Amino acid sequence: MSIKLEHLNYIYSQGTAYEKQALRDVCLELRDGEFVGLIGHTGSGKSTLIQHLNGLVRATSGALYVDGKNIYDSSYNMKGLRAKVGLVFQYPEYQLFEVNVLKDVCFGPKNQGLTDEEAEERAKKALAQVGIDENCYEQSPFDLSGGQKRRAAIAGVLAMEPEVLVLDEPTAGLDPRGRLEILGLISRLHRERRITVVLVSHSMEDVAEYVERIIVMNKGSVMLDGTPKEVFAHDKELEQVGLAVPQVTYLMRGLSELGIPVRRDVTTVEEAREEIRRLLKRRETCGQAAEGQ
Amino acid sequence: MLRDITLGQYYPADSVIHKLDPRLKLIGTMVFLVSLFLSHDWIGYLAATVFLAGVIRASRVPFRYMLKGLKAIILILLITVVFNLFVVPGDVIWEFWVLRVTRQGLSQAGFMAVRLIYLIIGSSVMTLTTTPNDLTDGLERVLGPLRMVKVPVHEIAMIMSIALRFIPILLEETDKIMKAQTARGADFESGNLIQKAKSMVPLLVPLFISAFRRANDLALAMEARCYRGGAGRTKMKPLLYEKRDYAGYAVLAVYLAAMIAIRIMR
Repeated sequence: MSIKLEHLNYIYSQGTAYEKQALRDVCLELRDGEFVGLIGHTGSGKSTLIQHLNGLVRATSGALYVDGKNIYDSSYNMKGLRAKVGLVFQYPEYQLFEVNVLKDVCFGPKNQGLTDEEAEERAKKALAQVGIDENCYEQSPFDLSGGQKRRAAIAGVLAMEPEVLVLDEPTAGLDPRGRLEILGLISRLHRERRITVVLVSHSMEDVAEYVERIIVMNKGSVMLDGTPKEVFAHDKELEQVGLAVPQVTYLMRGLSELGIPVRRDVTTVEEAREEIRRLLKRRETCGQAAEGQ
Repeated sequence: MLRDITLGQYYPADSVIHKLDPRLKLIGTMVFLVSLFLSHDWIGYLAATVFLAGVIRASRVPFRYMLKGLKAIILILLITVVFNLFVVPGDVIWEFWVLRVTRQGLSQAGFMAVRLIYLIIGSSVMTLTTTPNDLTDGLERVLGPLRMVKVPVHEIAMIMSIALRFIPILLEETDKIMKAQTARGADFESGNLIQKAKSMVPLLVPLFISAFRRANDLALAMEARCYRGGAGRTKMKPLLYEKRDYAGYAVLAVYLAAMIAIRIMR
């Protein structure tokens, strides 16, 4: 499913003292099956932007096409759109409300008009996918741990089987282990379910590792859009708007400035390890060659 | 939709009314509310209208902001009007089956409606032009004398300020949860009354939980800063009257005198 945004503008509380332009002429296309990282500083408009994707917020001007259809047409089926574009809000555990975990996850599918059995089946599938144990199904969602709550809440959206999954800062407030769990889970979902994923974050580290494409937002408009390598090449511009490239990129650039011949466009720890290993191996063979002579 | 409730929501602007001492605004609002019940005929209401319009103009807050507060009382307003319209005895001008409208009823209904509307607008003017902090500071000072009869004035003021402070936060929270549940396919608008009430559960449960969590956090934060009530507490910025405040009191006195005069003379 492709989503295309054309000249989207959004103004908060238009005509009041609190008026603020949150989005400025945003043009984007999200292609089927992409894993996109949406990055920006607090207040850069990224949360506002994603709320447009499933029609929760209506743009002040501009058009948004989902599979070629403008969702602002009066005949457009918004409820159908919300099933197709699953939106996981920041701190999604704050939306849990049911008496037990299973029922809470069933809420979405039931709203889609599925029968109790179908909804339950989907809920169980989603819960299994996020790694929540079966013996937690009957527990109150409020008795779960922080990380589990978040995963249960994500399952609540997954159970609707969306074609596009949008997550707003899914790792906010989690410990490093919880963070890795959630990010691993999202990347696995992308691989296994072949769905489009939009991951919103202000942490470069989080996204660099997983996404194929990064969109950088600044003051309501798209500043950069490209592969992680392309985007992180603009380190000076990123620093100017209060963002940074991943620490490992800084490290490799530092090494390169010291005269060590490593690539400067490394963005993940894994890549850096390979690069350093390659370098060491070359040194070794060079050393042996020198000794042999 | 939820942002329509303006009570307790400050509207920032640079105006004389905004700068006035909160004590004056509190007393002024009280005087205005009392004056509404003083008048029984159109001249009194005319005077009140002129006064209110003057204050609104001086406050530089868009008028529709004050009207927004009215939406919350529309039902009460309708009930009041209907009751007054049909129940007050007097000269019958229209009759149908058991319904009877009298001239006195008509005027009574009109006056009651105006009274209620002005009540809300009058207090909206105060809350829109005064920050919650100022408001409670003012309240604490105005009610200060009651301390002698063992009224916990400081605590009341603190409770008020916390309540006011949390209205926008809870509204925002409501908005967020509503959006989150809408994203999960929840429908808050359609359906009959029972379905609508049921659809509120996914909204209210998280909202209550979050309110309690916030209350808990706040209590802890206050205790961590050694808050122990009002005894011995001093203010960083004590309230002091300035020239414009005395002028404000003068205007208020003239208004009240005029209202009393109208009442006595008619």
